[in-house]
Amino acid sequence: MIINHPLLGPRDAAEFVYLGDASLIDRPDWQDPDAAEKFYEYGYLRDNPAGQHQELWYHEQGDRSWLVVTRDTLSHEITKVELARDVAKARGRDK
Amino acid sequence: MSQINRIDGGQIDRSKLLSFTFNGREMHGHPGDTLASALLANGQILVGRSFKYHRPRGILTAGSEEPNALVQLRSGARQEPNTRATVTELFDGLTATSQNHRGPLEFDLMAVTDFASPFLSAGFYYKTFMWPRAFWEKLYEPAIRSSAGLGRLSMQDDPDHYDKGFLHCDLLVIGAGPSGLAAALTAARSGARVILADEDFTPGGRLNSETLSVDNMAGADWARMAVAELASLPNVRLMTRTTVYGAYDHGTYGALERCTDHLADSGGKPRQVLWRIYSKRAVLAAGATERPIAFGNNDRPGVMMASAVRTYVNRFGVAPGKQVAVFTNNDDGWRTAADLAARGVSVVAIIDSRDKPAVCDVPGARHIRGAAVKDTVGRKALKSVTLTDGQVIPTDCLAVSGGWNPNVHLTCHQRGRPNWRDDLQAFVPGDSLPVGMQVAGAANGAMTLGAALAEGHAQAARQLDALGLTAKGSAPQAEDEPRDCAGFWHVKESAKRAWVDLQNDVTVKDIKQANREGFRSVELLKRYTTMGMATDQGKTSNIAGLAILAEDAGKPIPEVGTTIFRPPYTPIPIGALAGRARGKDFRPYRLTPSHKWASENGATFVEVGNWLRAQWYARPGEQGWRDSVDREALQTRQSVGICDVTTLGKIDIQGRDAAEFLNRVYSNAFLKLPVGKVRYGLMLREDGIAYDDGTTARMSENHYVMTTTTANAVLVFRRLEFARQCLWPGLDVHLISTTDGWAQFAVAGPNARNLLRKVVDEAHDLSNEGFPFMACGEVTVCGGMPARLFRISFSGELAYEVAVPARYGNSMMDVLMEAGREFDAVPYGTEALGVMRIEKGHAAGNELNGQTTALNLGLGGMVSQKKDCIGQTLSKRPEMNRDDAIRLVGFRPVDRSKKLIAGSHFITKGDEAIMDNDQGWMSSVAYSPSLGHSIGLGFIKRGHERMGEIVRAMSPVHDTEMEVEIVSAHFIDPEGDRLRG
Repeated sequence: MIINHPLLGPRDAAEFVYLGDASLIDRPDWQDPDAAEKFYEYGYLRDNPAGQHQELWYHEQGDRSWLVVTRDTLSHEITKVELARDVAKARGRDK
Repeated sequence: MSQINRIDGGQIDRSKLLSFTFNGREMHGHPGDTLASALLANGQILVGRSFKYHRPRGILTAGSEEPNALVQLRSGARQEPNTRATVTELFDGLTATSQNHRGPLEFDLMAVTDFASPFLSAGFYYKTFMWPRAFWEKLYEPAIRSSAGLGRLSMQDDPDHYDKGFLHCDLLVIGAGPSGLAAALTAARSGARVILADEDFTPGGRLNSETLSVDNMAGADWARMAVAELASLPNVRLMTRTTVYGAYDHGTYGALERCTDHLADSGGKPRQVLWRIYSKRAVLAAGATERPIAFGNNDRPGVMMASAVRTYVNRFGVAPGKQVAVFTNNDDGWRTAADLAARGVSVVAIIDSRDKPAVCDVPGARHIRGAAVKDTVGRKALKSVTLTDGQVIPTDCLAVSGGWNPNVHLTCHQRGRPNWRDDLQAFVPGDSLPVGMQVAGAANGAMTLGAALAEGHAQAARQLDALGLTAKGSAPQAEDEPRDCAGFWHVKESAKRAWVDLQNDVTVKDIKQANREGFRSVELLKRYTTMGMATDQGKTSNIAGLAILAEDAGKPIPEVGTTIFRPPYTPIPIGALAGRARGKDFRPYRLTPSHKWASENGATFVEVGNWLRAQWYARPGEQGWRDSVDREALQTRQSVGICDVTTLGKIDIQGRDAAEFLNRVYSNAFLKLPVGKVRYGLMLREDGIAYDDGTTARMSENHYVMTTTTANAVLVFRRLEFARQCLWPGLDVHLISTTDGWAQFAVAGPNARNLLRKVVDEAHDLSNEGFPFMACGEVTVCGGMPARLFRISFSGELAYEVAVPARYGNSMMDVLMEAGREFDAVPYGTEALGVMRIEKGHAAGNELNGQTTALNLGLGGMVSQKKDCIGQTLSKRPEMNRDDAIRLVGFRPVDRSKKLIAGSHFITKGDEAIMDNDQGWMSSVAYSPSLGHSIGLGFIKRGHERMGEIVRAMSPVHDTEMEVEIVSAHFIDPEGDRLRG
């Protein structure tokens, strides 16, 4: 597969390490009253869609960016590649 | 033997004679020959034995689809089994032997299996070897193994080199037949970067085998001109002897180039190169494969594909027979008859399954309409054929044409499915092609020359348009030859076995039987009968097989469908897949900075992750590793030892929020670590399981240096980057791995300070007050060289770690050893390191095994409840905090002379030794030279409350049991006076 890195352009998937569902960005608040339940869901429950999937890839053999790749799991078509930092910030994560 | 079947013409260089041997007999051929064409020229019709029944077999095809003519090529270490004679380029000195027979090829002792064939039908193995069960290992499997398999491996290392390479292009054209050449010419003339790849050594595809014309010249001549033009253009890479074997994601293709297979000696060049081709667009022009018709005894040597017979006559100047008969269900078969007759080869009959007039005039040949061949005679060479009407026709070569299958394989590698076309009686590429691919020519169902050329041009133009380029030139012109074809797959009147898959010996009867027994899906049919599962992947058999299944099941062919096509298109040698990654290059390894010193000083090395580390340093007179390890550990505890600890991961952490970041990735508090101090840190996984440990030193206000375990160095860094970028993108913190930047040495033992005093420059205070336990700082050594000093201890002794820039690592080892001479300093390896850490009760990989929590490790207090950190919330789960949770403690044998066994499980005395009563396990053991007996670390329920209890340590694997006493894990200096001294 070819991943179109937002900073470095098209790169072979072999340069990357795959982590999984980009929902791993959404780490719950430890002080939430339901923190135990939410961390359980965060840690163990994933959607497994046949189709569009947002997932985390790490450019380990490159610039060490974590990327959010939107990939169709049926066709492997990649429709979007973003810096995970930008996605995390857009989802409200900060400090 | 002379070349008795050689006739005039062809594209071979008759000015040069090549010698080769087959089964030890010397034969001759010419440059331009394949091994198959040369064997036929020399009258060698019988070339091998079949896989299952050991039937005599000859050459069926002239291409990569060949199921029969598989030989052992070359000898010695370069010997290669299952090589297709039809694609093996002849070279001077080639040696080949036939396969799959005991005794000579002509009198195979294993041919008895053919007479047992009534008992060996589809599913034979599954049905027969089920019982008695005990017979399997002793009788069935050895017998099957000795008779199974094709060819033999040399069992020696392959002396040749194989490489891997990467190519990029605008347009990849796969296949250099008429449509591929037309496509490549159009693209090349338009300025696109083109790669044209073809599996043959002479580009041109069927143009080299036919007598058709292109642009009013002989097809083969036109192909040569086209190739010459392409070769002259700088934007074209012409790759002959290169099979594009797989279509992968996003326009990536796999290709195998056979660089020196056609030479007797590779001359130091790579034998083959495995290419990964990145293409923006691709045109698949893979052509088509002619398929046989199944009839009784259709596997005899001398029964060949009609197109192959034409190839041998037209391209190689070889007549495969003296009296050739043609059996066809389509117009194309007639061209074999016409071409042979034109070259003076006698054609005795044309048997057309269709009741229609002659397609063309063939002098001397009888045209037998609406008939079929139902049986043949001639065990080692064809003698005659018997027709459905009973008449017998003497012939030594039967040219069979069952129509053509477009080579749709690569169109299906992304799970595309082909479509059935009734007019062609064949599958053509479906609608779902790999991204960026277009198909042209016969591969796309354009089965005539004129149409193939036009489509090659048109598809190239379409791809150029997509690339933003304008197509130049026009399509080459040619006639469209007649191509009518009937759906006629097997001869029902045949009473004898009719072969569908010649390589795996699958018959029409096997297919019908599979259907009868319920294996109606084509995928089940394949696996039950093994049809299409041989190295040829059923190129000549699959479509006929599923047509027969469809007929037997009373379904239309498209409803039955095809099996899934997967890469590779043709076999790829393991050597090519391995490339240079063989032997010691299989996995790269890393050397520590003091590796040279260690190897000059008797070190034995051990792999730790990717690293080679010194395991121990043997001295003369020592009898075994234990002597060395005991000495190293004792001498370190008594005076001073030195160990290269560079391999531990080092991560440089800087930024205004570095402390906050550390506080979240470590379970224990880090906010209040003073500058100039080191702290032990424990990392958890998010699920609360202990992950990694190490130390982090605060070098200055916003600058920390973290160490990780050797094995987890890469993984921890990856996790920290994840936390930094994905979890807390607003923190001002930056990371860089400096593992390779610093050579680091542990200097441990009562004399450690005295030794370092001689190395660290005088300006730096090393006194216990000036540089106490867990201090760190920037220092200079050896008169001004920058270094870092950490007072940390893994051994439990007074100890330091000193780091210098990696390039000085080997010299630093010299300096330290020289300075230590007066103290009788020893270098120590990973074994002594392990002994001392077990003596001190430190957890390592055996304890941080992915199953244990901080609580289990006795580090429960290190999970702060006052802050968030990775793993904090889930580490509070009740099940992980049970009162009877396992705890890390020490063990010693009640009988001190006994040796503890790692992996032993603990059972309370008096309890039955069953899993329900399991109390825990021994994780690490060592012989302690300081204590003089075996010691262990392990996990046992409520271990911390059971000091002094005797339990049973059982190892069913070793069939041993011994009594052990639960003791503190801190065997040496439990108060820690030494390391603070």
